[in-house]
Amino acid sequence: MFKDIFIDHYIYLSLVLFCIGIVGVLTRKNAIIIFMSVELMLNSVNLLLVAFSSMFADASGQVFVFFTMTVAAAEVAVGLAIIVMIYRNTRSIDIGDANKLKW
Amino acid sequence: MNIEITVLLIILLPLIGFLINGLMGHTYSKTIAGIVGSGAILGSFLLSVSLFFTAPEEGTVVTFFKFLEVGAFKVDMAFLIDHLSLMMLLIVTGIGFLIHVYSTGYMHDDEGFHKFFAYLNLFIFSMLLLILGSSYVLLFFGWEGVGLCSYLLIGFWFKNIDYSNAARKAFIMNRIGDLGFLMGMFLLLQQTGSLDYHTVFQFNLNSIPTSTMTAITACLFIGAMGKSAQIPLYTWLPDAMAGPTPVSALIHAATMVTAGIYMVVRSNALFVLAPATLEMIAIIGLCTALFAGTIALFQNDIKKVLAYSTVSQLGYMFLALGVGAFTSGMFHLMTHAFFKALLFLSAGSVIHAMGGEQDITKMGGLSKKIKITFACFTIGVLAIAGFPFTSGFVSKDEILLAVYDHNKLYFYLAAAGAVMTVYYMFRVWILTFFGTFRGTDEQAHHMHESPMNMTIPLMVLAVLSVIGGIFQFPHVFGGKEFLNDYLKPIVTNLGNGEVEGAAMKEIIILVVTVVGLAVIWFVTKKNYAVANFNGNYTGLKKVLANKYYVDELYEAVFVKPITGIAKFTDRIVENKVVDGMVFMTGKLVTWSGTTLRYLQNGQTGFYLLVMVISMVVIFIYNIYFKL
Repeated sequence: MFKDIFIDHYIYLSLVLFCIGIVGVLTRKNAIIIFMSVELMLNSVNLLLVAFSSMFADASGQVFVFFTMTVAAAEVAVGLAIIVMIYRNTRSIDIGDANKLKW
Repeated sequence: MNIEITVLLIILLPLIGFLINGLMGHTYSKTIAGIVGSGAILGSFLLSVSLFFTAPEEGTVVTFFKFLEVGAFKVDMAFLIDHLSLMMLLIVTGIGFLIHVYSTGYMHDDEGFHKFFAYLNLFIFSMLLLILGSSYVLLFFGWEGVGLCSYLLIGFWFKNIDYSNAARKAFIMNRIGDLGFLMGMFLLLQQTGSLDYHTVFQFNLNSIPTSTMTAITACLFIGAMGKSAQIPLYTWLPDAMAGPTPVSALIHAATMVTAGIYMVVRSNALFVLAPATLEMIAIIGLCTALFAGTIALFQNDIKKVLAYSTVSQLGYMFLALGVGAFTSGMFHLMTHAFFKALLFLSAGSVIHAMGGEQDITKMGGLSKKIKITFACFTIGVLAIAGFPFTSGFVSKDEILLAVYDHNKLYFYLAAAGAVMTVYYMFRVWILTFFGTFRGTDEQAHHMHESPMNMTIPLMVLAVLSVIGGIFQFPHVFGGKEFLNDYLKPIVTNLGNGEVEGAAMKEIIILVVTVVGLAVIWFVTKKNYAVANFNGNYTGLKKVLANKYYVDELYEAVFVKPITGIAKFTDRIVENKVVDGMVFMTGKLVTWSGTTLRYLQNGQTGFYLLVMVISMVVIFIYNIYFKL
């Protein structure tokens, strides 16, 4: 259909991925699914960064992607550790059940 | 002893007496308290006498230290020793000492004996600041100080609510006058740049426009109105009779109320340049003299008669000042101090003998029982009525002569006032001492003459009341007018010193006085030397006996609205508005806390939603509204 791949397509793709990620974060009950959605959002941003890096022939976009990927990985490690601890104490990873920290 | 130390001691001795009696008085006996209190004033008096003979002729200023310096405005703690202040000094310390001695007897049974002497000493200290100060600022210090002491002493028996109210009334009315005084001081400062007597009186006062000078002097006179109980600020003085009799004698006859007169005479350089104010002073003085005289005709309390008499005599003094006869005003101040103090102290002696009774309808026939008091009171009555050649005769006639040259109408009114004076004084004298006794048997049984520490001051004052006229005895009768020469460096009397046809006028006055006294004596003896005296009056006499209902008028016009405003301010503005605002702040914080806490419901999904929404809002704000 398309002869060339324009920058618009990358932007739309990134946007759609991001929105799906947000919907997932807001809607799902399972903590691990929420984490997957967050990863999805992060990856959409990575995609956009690389696309722009290619368009402007500037390497800084790709360097930034390195950083975000590292941060994402670290965050997942810590987050999954927390989920494991919550499961061990409350036998559930439904986020609706972790509502004790309230007034 | 040089002049600085003398002045320092004169002023500080009463203060030291105040401190000793005030702080330690409860630890020693009443005798010592009396000795400390009276001794301090005796010391001041003796030093004043020595100062009188050794002070330099032209007057000096004794400076102790710089009190205040703001830009070009400088006030020193300095005291002016000239003939005027020396005259007042002798009067204040002399009569003050006699009254202190009298108080040792009169207040003998009182629990607060040492406190009384402390307050009296503090009063003398303030009065000395007033008369010796070399600037209006120091005069004002003393002015306020005597007002304070008046409050403390009138309300001395503070457990009685009426007395406390009287004290409060005196102080507040004084303060109203003080506001005028302050305005006068401010205007004067603005015009001349200083409040020091020397600087102000050497200033080229003619350069100040007459309207401004009239404003300055009128404002200063308002202060005098409050302090010296002239219309309309006089109602505190009769109520001030709630205080012990020595207080009435000292403060409300001889010294504090004369502060207004002293101030006007001291500032005569200003007043002679504002004839409108002088006219106003004369009119107010005359009206007060007549008004108070009419009220005194029908009072039944011995002290109230004397109080209204004081207001009336002060009116005469201001009348003298208003027509420009400053020396005559000062002379009448001096003689009035003698005989009014004598009258008050004798009245106190009568009250003491009657066991506290002050109502003359319950007295009568006391002449045989308390002979010394009777003699002294009689001398006082003769002096104030103007019996020939007593001090009162000489001073009052000098005023009348000066008024005659100024305005004939004023003269006839003033003369009418003098007739009233004789009438009401004879009335109270006869009701008290002649006729038959109308009191209870118990009072008759306990009646006794006062002890020596009360009668000796009476006798001294009686002698002074008789011979006091010597200081300004008219040439016509072979005297020498010492006071005219003495005060000449300080006051410029308006009108000529030598009155035309003085000899003729003096003889006429002498004859009229003698005839008038005889007539009034017969009339009052007939009316009042009686066995039954009903003190109830009807009709016009009732209005006068109730002091024209002026107090009630003031109550309705001033006191009630202001109390109403005060109550409104307290109940509504203070309790609802101000407190409301303060509580509102607290309630706001609490309310926001109770409302906002629902944001923390513990639901993670909710937190995530809020995060997303915030992100979107920030995003929109930054893109759409910032660009």
